[in-house]
Amino acid sequence: MREPSRLRASDLVSLASLGLRMRRLRAGLSALGISIGIAAIVGVLGITQSSQSNLLAEIDRLGTNLLTVENGHAITGEEANLPTTAPAMIGHMPAVEHVAATALLQGSVYRTNAVPSYESGGIGVRATDLALLPTLDGTLIHGTFLNSATSHYPVVVLGFDAARYLGIDRLDQPTRIWIDRRWFAVAGIMDRLPLAPEIDESVMIGWPYAQSALHFNGFPTRIFVRASTSQVVQVVSLLAATANPQSPEQVVVSRPSDALTARLEVQNASTSLIIGLGAVALLVGGVGIANVMFVSVLERRSEIGLRRALGATRRHIAAQFLAEALLLSAIGGSAGVLCGVFATAGYATWQGWSILIPPLSIWAALTAALLIGAVAGLYPAIRAARLSPTEALRST
Amino acid sequence: MSQPIIELRDVVRRYAGEPPVEALARIHLRVMPGELVAVTGASGSGKSTLLHIVGTLERPTSGSVRIAGAETSVMSDGDVSGFRAGRLGFVFQQFFLLDGLSVVDNVAMGLLYRGLDGASRRRFAMAAIERVGLTHRARHHPPQLSGGERQRTAIARAILGRPDVVLADEPTGNLDSATGASIVDLLIELNRDGTTVLVITHSAQVAAAARRRIELKDGHIEFDSAEPSYA
Repeated sequence: MREPSRLRASDLVSLASLGLRMRRLRAGLSALGISIGIAAIVGVLGITQSSQSNLLAEIDRLGTNLLTVENGHAITGEEANLPTTAPAMIGHMPAVEHVAATALLQGSVYRTNAVPSYESGGIGVRATDLALLPTLDGTLIHGTFLNSATSHYPVVVLGFDAARYLGIDRLDQPTRIWIDRRWFAVAGIMDRLPLAPEIDESVMIGWPYAQSALHFNGFPTRIFVRASTSQVVQVVSLLAATANPQSPEQVVVSRPSDALTARLEVQNASTSLIIGLGAVALLVGGVGIANVMFVSVLERRSEIGLRRALGATRRHIAAQFLAEALLLSAIGGSAGVLCGVFATAGYATWQGWSILIPPLSIWAALTAALLIGAVAGLYPAIRAARLSPTEALRST
Repeated sequence: MSQPIIELRDVVRRYAGEPPVEALARIHLRVMPGELVAVTGASGSGKSTLLHIVGTLERPTSGSVRIAGAETSVMSDGDVSGFRAGRLGFVFQQFFLLDGLSVVDNVAMGLLYRGLDGASRRRFAMAAIERVGLTHRARHHPPQLSGGERQRTAIARAILGRPDVVLADEPTGNLDSATGASIVDLLIELNRDGTTVLVITHSAQVAAAARRRIELKDGHIEFDSAEPSYA
């Protein structure tokens, strides 16, 4: 004749919520600790993910296959000369799609001949070959690029920042600028090139005209290379020796998109730090829950005694207090996830990014909250279950 | 002759300490179904320990405890809890109602550990509330009730599962004498309907109302009005 004591799962949930409802303020405060930790983790993950997806999209758009070749720097800080054969040699490499040679020239740029000579503004004059535009995948916001005709004449194309510095924002009238005591007609203004800021700050003149009129010796100082995306690494390893076979160690090959990639990594590093802080908050929240559960067990001894008298087993008592701790942490965790999602959505919208919240972070955060609740609630629950019914009933 | 509903043989309950305390010393007790038994005695005489042992809330150090034919002193925690849920009802001096629950939900708790769904529990609870005369208070919460109403609520909770035995520990201890008398009447009425009632009391009023009176002293049965017919 056995009549087992039974407690329905749905009753367990309402028991847990009853326990919390009877002490709302205390339950709310202890759930707050968990919320803060979870909100920090979800928010930081969401915000970095949104920002990274934005950066990745930018990297994707710009491509990671643009390389620059320099021959180190001269003592004065200017770009040093590369061999004249370098562009052709590089152009012969199988995985190279475009090569463009440029050379930084002596000379200062002025809006007109009336500007005092010391107000040069740091704009560089660059001799360039015609492949620069396709190599950099650049576009013009006004006018045209140099062509095989204009590159023999005093014609100039302005980089984006150079045009702004010179105050030239349209070309509907014939426009001239003053370089090295000579007038140059402005043929076009280039759009911004995030991967080649040195071009943004330069004015470009034709390679043949530079040689014929400006005493340019024909040595390139900076070569832009667009390699096939799948073989960038191989091209990088061979570029130095190809560009300057005599002294390859002088050659500096760089990949401008690395700067953007580095930004991703910096973000990753700071993300780990803040997630670490979130984890600490979560841990403190867990300690708060454990503390509240202990107090609850002490305060509710007579309730425990009564429940035992009504037929609750030790397991039922343990389950009730554990369910309470779990419910508390689930409420805290859910509130934290909501706060984190709202923070991410708000910040991403403000920054003009697409909102990206990794679903894994939400699940991981909720799991972490429940795990913390379980760990925090376990010992108080066991203590409650171990309480002998008579001891519990005597306590009032 | 029918079997006793409560049968204690050679029950000893000793508490560890320096020196050890013997709360119950070789108690023999038989209670037949349908009896109303008042247990009296001075403070520390072992009344509460006796009630806890009969109520399976505590195990004897030695001896045999048979309730409704089952030896409860050797049952596992799960079995003894199920036994309490199905066979025993408790009424305490402090009522032990949960302030966060209405009267009907407090009463329905009496069936919580029997695996019944909430709607059935409430239905049975309403019937029990009617029986103790508190239907008009069913939706109220314990802080809104008088002491007598609280104890009636607790009695409704105890009788909800139609227990074989109702164990009452000083049920009138926190009540004035008029209210106490009404609670005693309620217990007598329950008993008249066939429930065995064991009530621990300091009150002469309660003891007088019971047909059988047992007096404990220092863990022994000093006096039993049913002797010698039952013993």
